[in-house]
Amino acid sequence: MSSSLQSLNRSATGATGPLAALSDALWRRPGLFVFLLLVLPVLWLGIVYLGSLFALLIQSFFSIDEFSGMIRHEFTWKTYRELLNPINLDIIGRTVLMATAVTIASAIVAFPIAYYAARYAQGRWKAFFYLAIMLPLWSSYLVKVYAWKLILAKEGILNWLFTSLHLNGLLEMLLAIPVIGGNSLSVSYIGTFLVFLYVWLPFMVLPMQAAIERVPQNYLEASADLGGNPWQTFRHVLLPLALPGIIAGSIFTFSLTLGDYIIPQIIGSSRLFIGQAVYSHQGTAGNIPLAAALTVVPVVIMAVYLWVAKRKGAFDAL
Amino acid sequence: MIQTAVEFAAVSRHFGDIRAVDEVDLRIAEGEFFAMLGPSGSGKTTCLRLIAGFEQPTAGQIHIFSRAMAGVPPYRRQVNTVFQDYALFPHLSVSDNIAYGLMIRGQGRSMRRRAAEEALELVRLPGYADRKPGELSGGQRQRVALARALVNQPKVLLLDEPLGALDLKLREQMQDELRSLQKSLGITFVFVTHDQGEALSMADRVAVFDAGKIIQVGTPQEVYHRPRNAFVADFVGSSNVLPAHLTESFTGQSCPASLRPECIRFVDTGGCLVTVASVSFLGSATRYTVLLDGTPLTVLSDNAQVAAQPGREVRIDWDNERLHCMSEGHE
Amino acid sequence: MLKLAAGAGLLFMHLPILLIFVYAFTTEDKTYQWPPPGFTLKWLAVTWNRADVWEAMRLSVKVASVSTVIALVLGTLCAAAVSRTRFFGREAISLLVILPIALPGIITGIALRSAFNLADIPFSFWTIVLGHATFCVVVVYNNAVARFRRTSGSLIEASMDLGANGVQTFRYIVLPNIATALLAGGMLAFALSFDEVIVTTFTAGQQATLPIWMLEELVRPRQRPVTNVVAMVVVLITFVPILAAYYLTRGGGNTRPPGN
Repeated sequence: MSSSLQSLNRSATGATGPLAALSDALWRRPGLFVFLLLVLPVLWLGIVYLGSLFALLIQSFFSIDEFSGMIRHEFTWKTYRELLNPINLDIIGRTVLMATAVTIASAIVAFPIAYYAARYAQGRWKAFFYLAIMLPLWSSYLVKVYAWKLILAKEGILNWLFTSLHLNGLLEMLLAIPVIGGNSLSVSYIGTFLVFLYVWLPFMVLPMQAAIERVPQNYLEASADLGGNPWQTFRHVLLPLALPGIIAGSIFTFSLTLGDYIIPQIIGSSRLFIGQAVYSHQGTAGNIPLAAALTVVPVVIMAVYLWVAKRKGAFDAL
Repeated sequence: MIQTAVEFAAVSRHFGDIRAVDEVDLRIAEGEFFAMLGPSGSGKTTCLRLIAGFEQPTAGQIHIFSRAMAGVPPYRRQVNTVFQDYALFPHLSVSDNIAYGLMIRGQGRSMRRRAAEEALELVRLPGYADRKPGELSGGQRQRVALARALVNQPKVLLLDEPLGALDLKLREQMQDELRSLQKSLGITFVFVTHDQGEALSMADRVAVFDAGKIIQVGTPQEVYHRPRNAFVADFVGSSNVLPAHLTESFTGQSCPASLRPECIRFVDTGGCLVTVASVSFLGSATRYTVLLDGTPLTVLSDNAQVAAQPGREVRIDWDNERLHCMSEGHE
Repeated sequence: MLKLAAGAGLLFMHLPILLIFVYAFTTEDKTYQWPPPGFTLKWLAVTWNRADVWEAMRLSVKVASVSTVIALVLGTLCAAAVSRTRFFGREAISLLVILPIALPGIITGIALRSAFNLADIPFSFWTIVLGHATFCVVVVYNNAVARFRRTSGSLIEASMDLGANGVQTFRYIVLPNIATALLAGGMLAFALSFDEVIVTTFTAGQQATLPIWMLEELVRPRQRPVTNVVAMVVVLITFVPILAAYYLTRGGGNTRPPGN
């Protein structure tokens, strides 16, 4: 062989020094290596996050003294019993209903977008769809809510549009529907629903797109070849295969709606959602036990939801 | 005296309940071109990874040039690997890939560059030093991977199905090149493959793996003509297996025996009478299936036998020394 | 039909944001009147001279920067552990990382606040960072895990095979291969923190980050034109890291193992 290859004098044992010694030690004990990698993040998330959640959970078993307004640091189920009174049940029911409506609506609106983003993921179109979904997803939450305040205002663009098109009657009919209607869009459930739908929609599109992308095109062709019309292909091939993505997306839309307290405060009627109730109980009312018990409700709902989602394989689509 | 390059003493590697390698004993001599042959999941790749140090044996001892390898990490072994997917570093140029081992050992820049260029000459890829791996074809990547390993002058070079991703023509060319490279460098090559033709044509010795065990070790001729059991007979080339009572009627020995299809010939007189069951034209040869006393036999013949049509009776014969007695079935 | 629905959906996602850009230049300062009676650049200058906006902006940038650094370290460590080895409790780690973003923000917020109360920790810059870093870990983690997955495992073995110990392998092979993913993850973490309001309302006390400043304006509008301009600036500022993150992860295809 040639000269410079020959002149290479390879030592049998390799490098020495503290770093090399550390490397050897970790190589021999892979368990220790994983432990060292995990110790910082687990300490942080375990202490800061789980610790706080635990502190919250404990407080939900305390109660508030009606006379002094002080918190009694004794174990009791009293606060949880309070959850079952009609006012709180009403709040919980309303929130879950809204979250369900928002989730279903975003699945329907998101599907066509996700479908095209997944199917036409080539070259320029790929970049177009990616940015068209990512930019609204990541733009400021408050700015998005603010934009809807502008849109739904009495003197705003939506009323202007209805007036210009002479469709005022339609808008009034919509607002005349009991419960979900109201004096104007910005103080009605319809308005709250629209803003929720708008703000969380990208969270549904993204996992849905990822799931549809994983369905090979020739499955759809095979279904068509076997005589399936587009609806049948959608119903029996695409939908079942894209389901994990839809469930993954619904985790976001559902959870985010359950816990939000800003949107209904700015756009909507005066009736409370869970988040608003929690906020007011822990703030002005100073009833931290009840606030804590109220937050346990969405946690339990989400725990069940996540458990079901996991069984359906939705986590692989995240 | 020829040293032992790699030695396995009752080496096992278990993954949970799976015995990937099961009490394997093995000796590979210095300067040998050694092939590990077997179907996928037979333990041959795990054996290679045990030598490289990516896996640790669950039980048993591995020695490389008489040095015990327990607890020795891969970077302290004088062994280099050509990976199945080549594992070229995508962010480094071809020359930086090749010189990576030299860089780690503190060689200077100009020295590294020269060594990389010489190594590229060696694998017949001069002028590619500044390309990125992504710009190379499969065959070129394979050569770079080879150069990257060889430049470190390993005492043992491990090759994990290195030709698997190449097309047939390129594969045959690389077989010749690898073979002559190994002879000129004198480095011990340990070569893992599931392609019996590749193993037979390149190796000095072949180890046939099945279910975590080595069934037979020997020269290609030994393994081919004297398979130890039906698995080896069937996996290494195709073979007829004569049941014990048939063997007895020809040789007097009662044992199942292997008989290679090309060792059977058609004759006009003598031999034994068989019925032709099917005929397939293969191009350079024709394959016949004939029935001898109800036992199907495959016959490979390079001259077309006009008489041998399905349903007809013909005569076949062979040298009885081609009948090789085997141990019973699978181990 | 489907195409029409997709187009309408995309319009629905984008028009409201575009509207913000129009309102930033309106001459109307008392109502949200549409169409705007006229256009002016005056509010840009007014906003520029507002000390409270600058103050909030500074705090937001500081919080986002520190939270991003912490999230980068924690997220990368987690990703390395989860993707390189199989160990007991691997799933639990993934869950622990995802939880702060999977559970409604109000829970994280009130949990942190009640923990601060119990432990008698006064609100400060660091209480905000504590919350932000916790939910930023997941974006870094997701980016890093995805890249680790695409980086062929045999690259690390190849490096060790060629004589590099663990530290050298990390320095020369792992880091260059995950660098852009980390940068992208860091950008997204920054954007996430810069924009966060729900958790922050619970952990900030009297301090105002830019989103808190905006929230107050949303609830009790006092200076609509300034809010309009701030909203536009916030959109522009968050777009920069998003676009950068996109371009950084886009070219990631070359880290796939060659030959497949």
